[in-house]
Amino acid sequence: MAEPAITLHSVFKEFNKRGHKVEALQAIDFAVERNEFAAILGPSGCGKSTLLNMVAGFDTPTRGHVLVDGAPVNGPAPSRAVVFQEPALFPWYTVLDNITFGPKNRGLAPATYRPKVEALVEQVGLRGFETHYPAELSGGMKQRVGIARVLVMEPAVLLMDEPFGSLDAQTRSLMQELLLSVWERHHQTVLFITHDIEEALLLADSVSVMTARPGRIKKRLTVELPRPRTIELTTSPVFNELKREVLALIREESLRAASEKGDEG
Amino acid sequence: MSRRGPWFILLPLLLLGLWHVAVTRQWVMPGIIPPPAQVAESWQRWIFGKPGLSLSPYSGTWVANVVYSARRVFEGFVIAAGVGIPLGLFIGWNRLVARIVDPSVQLLRPVPITAWLPFSIAVFGIYDAGALFLIALGAFYPIVVNTTHGVRDTNLLLLRAARMLGAGEPTVLRKVVLPSALPSIFTGLRLGVGVAWTAVIVAEMIAVKSGLGYVLWDAYYVGRMDICVATMFSVGLLGFVSDRVIVGLSRLVLRWRTLEAHG
Repeated sequence: MAEPAITLHSVFKEFNKRGHKVEALQAIDFAVERNEFAAILGPSGCGKSTLLNMVAGFDTPTRGHVLVDGAPVNGPAPSRAVVFQEPALFPWYTVLDNITFGPKNRGLAPATYRPKVEALVEQVGLRGFETHYPAELSGGMKQRVGIARVLVMEPAVLLMDEPFGSLDAQTRSLMQELLLSVWERHHQTVLFITHDIEEALLLADSVSVMTARPGRIKKRLTVELPRPRTIELTTSPVFNELKREVLALIREESLRAASEKGDEG
Repeated sequence: MSRRGPWFILLPLLLLGLWHVAVTRQWVMPGIIPPPAQVAESWQRWIFGKPGLSLSPYSGTWVANVVYSARRVFEGFVIAAGVGIPLGLFIGWNRLVARIVDPSVQLLRPVPITAWLPFSIAVFGIYDAGALFLIALGAFYPIVVNTTHGVRDTNLLLLRAARMLGAGEPTVLRKVVLPSALPSIFTGLRLGVGVAWTAVIVAEMIAVKSGLGYVLWDAYYVGRMDICVATMFSVGLLGFVSDRVIVGLSRLVLRWRTLEAHG
C-alpha cells in the first residue's frame, strides 16, 4: 500500500502559559491518504489549528513526528500550501499580483504560469477583478484569491484552516460549492479544519472528531456520500443521520470543555 | 458661511490682529517687537529688493538663503533616510542586529542635537559638513525608530503566507516586511524632516555663515527683530511645505492603503 500523504505519529504539543505547561495535543496518530479530503472537526481551542500549523511547518511538535510524503516537515513550503481563516492577502498587491506571488518566487517566466493563472481566475470567479486591491473585495472574494494563490502552486497537500469561518452563511455555502468543484477537478490531498459539522460532512471523505483540550482524535468517520456532491446533499436523510452521529460526539466534547473551563474558574 | 468654508484663516487673522493691537497700544515694551505691517514690508524687501543696490544684507537675499537652508535640509535628510531606513529594517528584522545596534541607538538618542554642536564644530569646522552632520543625525533617530517599529508590527499571518508560498528571507523582507512597514516609515520621515529644519537653524546660527539660521542670529545681533520674525515665518512655511511633499509622496506610494480606509 502506498504511504499516506500526511502522517502524524504520536504527536504531542505543549505550550508554556504563564509558567504552566499546557498540553494542547496529546498522542495524535493520524493519517491522510493521497487524494483524500480529510476534515478535522472539533470545539474551539481543541488544538486543531495547532495540528494544521505543524503540518504546514509553522510550528513543531514537542514530541512525535509529522511526515508529509514520508519526509519530516521542516518549515513551510509551497508543496504544503495553506488557506487561512483570515484571507492573509498582501494588501499592497492587486488580485493578480497576489495570485502570482508564489510562481514569481519560483523564478518562473510569466509565460509559463500565465495560462494557469488565467484558468484559475476564471474557475474561482475572479474574472474582472484582476487589478483590484484586496481592500476593494468582499470577504468571499478575498478568500477566492486566497484559494487561487495556493492552487496555482499545485500543492501536493492543501491545508485549510477554517477558510470559510469568517464568511456569512450565504457566501459560505457558495464557497463550499466552489471548493467542491475545484476538488472534483484536481483531487488534491486536503486537510480541512472546521468547527462546522455540515461543512465537514459535505466536503470531506473522512471526518475526524477531536476532543477538547488536551486535543486527541476521538473518532474518525468515513463519509460515504456519493460524489460529485452539491449543497442539496445537506438536506438528505443519509446526511442527517451522519450529522446526528457527529453532533452527539461534538456535544459531549463541548460540554466537557465548558465544565472544565468552569473548574479552572 | 458653510461648514467647508475657509475657517482655517480665522485664527491666524485673529492672532495677527492681536499682535497688531498689542504693539500699537504698547502693551509690550515699545521698539522690541515690530508690528505685523513692518515685518511684512521688511520681508517683502528681503525677498524682492535688488541686491547690491542697497548695502543692507536684508534686500533681495531671501531666495539665496532659503536655497542654502533647503539644500542642507534635503541633503541631511537624504543621508538620514538612506542610513535610517535600512538600519531600521535590519534592527526590526534580525534579533542579533537588534541586540548589537539598538542599545547604542537608544543610548545616543536622548542626546539633543544642540549638545552635539561643539563636537560637530570641533570635528568638521565651520563648513557645510558640520551642518549636514547635525541635520542627518537629528533626522536619523525618528526614521530609524519608526522603521524598526513598523517592521516589528508586520502581521505574522502575512509572513507565514509568504513563506508557504515559497518566499525566501530576502523576498519576505522586500515584498512583505518593507511594504508593511512603509506607513510607519513615512511617519518617521515626517518627524525626521521636522527635526531637520530645527537642526539646520541651530547649525546655521553657530556653525556656518549662510542660510536662514545665520540670518536669524545676525539680524538679532543688529537689532532687526522684523527680519527675525520674517525668518521664523519663512522656516515655518518651508517646514510645512516639506511635510506636505512627504505626505503627498506617501499617498502616492500607499495607494492601496487609502483604498483600505474607504473600503
